[in-house]
Amino acid sequence: MSELQHKVIVGLEIHVQLCTKSKMFCGCAAEFGAEPNSRVCPVCLGMPGVLPVMNKQAFEYAVLVGLALNCRIAAFTKWDRKSYYYPDLPKNYQISQYDLPLSTNGYIEIPLESGRTKKVRITRAHLEEDAGKNLHTAGDFSQVDLNRTGTPLLEIVTEPDMSSGAEVRALAAELQRMVRFLGVSEADMQKGHMRFEPNINLVITKDGRQYKTPIVEIKNLNSFRALERSVDYEEQRQLDEFLETGEVMEMGNKTTRGWDDEREVTVLQREKEEAHDYRYFPEPDLVPVELTDAWLEEIRGRLCELPIKKQIRFVEQYKLSDYDAGVLTADRSTAEFFDEVVKAGGDPKRACNWVTQDGLRLAKERGCRVDELGISPQQVAELTNMIVMGDVSATAATAISDIMVTSPDLSARRIAEEHNLIQKSDADELEAIVDQVIAANPNAVEDVTSGGKKSKKARGFLLGQVMQKTRGQANPKVVSEILAKKLG
Amino acid sequence: MAKKIDQAQVRKVAKLSRLELTEAEVEEFTGQLRAILDYVEKMNELDTTNVEPLAHCLPLSNVFRQDRVKESLGTEKTLGNAPQRDGEFFKVPKILDDSSGA
Repeated sequence: MSELQHKVIVGLEIHVQLCTKSKMFCGCAAEFGAEPNSRVCPVCLGMPGVLPVMNKQAFEYAVLVGLALNCRIAAFTKWDRKSYYYPDLPKNYQISQYDLPLSTNGYIEIPLESGRTKKVRITRAHLEEDAGKNLHTAGDFSQVDLNRTGTPLLEIVTEPDMSSGAEVRALAAELQRMVRFLGVSEADMQKGHMRFEPNINLVITKDGRQYKTPIVEIKNLNSFRALERSVDYEEQRQLDEFLETGEVMEMGNKTTRGWDDEREVTVLQREKEEAHDYRYFPEPDLVPVELTDAWLEEIRGRLCELPIKKQIRFVEQYKLSDYDAGVLTADRSTAEFFDEVVKAGGDPKRACNWVTQDGLRLAKERGCRVDELGISPQQVAELTNMIVMGDVSATAATAISDIMVTSPDLSARRIAEEHNLIQKSDADELEAIVDQVIAANPNAVEDVTSGGKKSKKARGFLLGQVMQKTRGQANPKVVSEILAKKLG
Repeated sequence: MAKKIDQAQVRKVAKLSRLELTEAEVEEFTGQLRAILDYVEKMNELDTTNVEPLAHCLPLSNVFRQDRVKESLGTEKTLGNAPQRDGEFFKVPKILDDSSGA
């Protein structure tokens, strides 16, 4: 038996569509789902004599992401033409950035399973224009829709720092959360706002020697699931292939594969030899961008606390579980609302429960965000403290929340009082009721005190009797304590 | 001195540009391109030791437009010059081995 170990190495290229209102170089609307070829102008069509003009918002969004990715932001950046020969970009080149991209040398911190984080280096992030869509119909022709042509895209390239499909997925999800927090992309997978191209190979140690398998690039993945599974699949496939052929990485043996979602396999794509001869050259129609320190600082001012930082802070500062902190920080408005509740004096754990359960449920029912429910953080803070004090039960708190959303002017306590939802926690008052119940149910008391099989059930019965007598308003915890004291 | 352009390079560039050239054209364009590049080569005679690389020939930077939507042509006008259309789409010869996309 020869000794064999392997490690998968993955670098990722990600395209993120920026959510500007108009396209990158013209005023056509950058919207999804419009009538085919309706959001098109001579610039999109690549007509002779047209001039592209850069969308300032797209540039600033790209800088903002560069800053969030801890990149070095270039004070001077320019545009280049990249040769392109498909009809979805009719001018036969794509405006992109080649040798002077707007951001380089950064990193992104991604959450790992165990609550730890990992830094993945970012090689570069640059702006470019998207292509339109080619549709392949049943006939012997293709259809072209140019609505997406010229939409601003941010291309982000990582170093090969990831070593599992799960890590690659974590990076993709973190990036999605980040661009949504920054408000620069809807990052909606269904609409193709994020597309991934992983580069994968293995380092294999066999009989004390190290081998690297040829690099494979998987094209155009548009879901987290496909991304993770394709990497996992490729890991096994490359291992099998190495054992069979022994082929190792060398110049020119990189291949491109596609992902077959049905069969869950990667498929070799035939590529023309010269496909990567892009023949970049400087774009004469667009002048360079000089980013002054003042402008850069102004953009930096639009950064927010990033989701991963928020998640870590919620765990450390509020003692939440990593899972809970992750649910809260999936979305910026939810995370910020939760933060406001705690700042208004709410109990962190209860506030988390409220936001992730009642809050998100009500928001979903109404098709809005938690902060748009009309319930103020102060109201929620009060409610959480009433739960902590035992003034209301969790069930009552849900009822109060349902009323609060239709009566946003009323405080949680007022609603609780008006609807008889205040829980009785007064031990003296409850003790009197417990005494009545004990006196009225000698058989059950006998079962409890004899400690037999029926003990637990009988104890539950007595508790139920007390709850009934108080119309459900007794604090079950206090009643249980009194029962225990009296019956042992 | 840069390498002289030869027929093989001309054939490659023509292929990349989806141009079909006759043998006579390959010969003709090789001569023409060589003459152009020889002419450009003259610039290497200049001493550029203290000259910053130029990214653009205009002494301008930061020309932007605001992110405002303007009216587009609309589907009918967009397709107006198309040699062939299929409903609301441009109709093009079938794309084989499609590796399109940004």
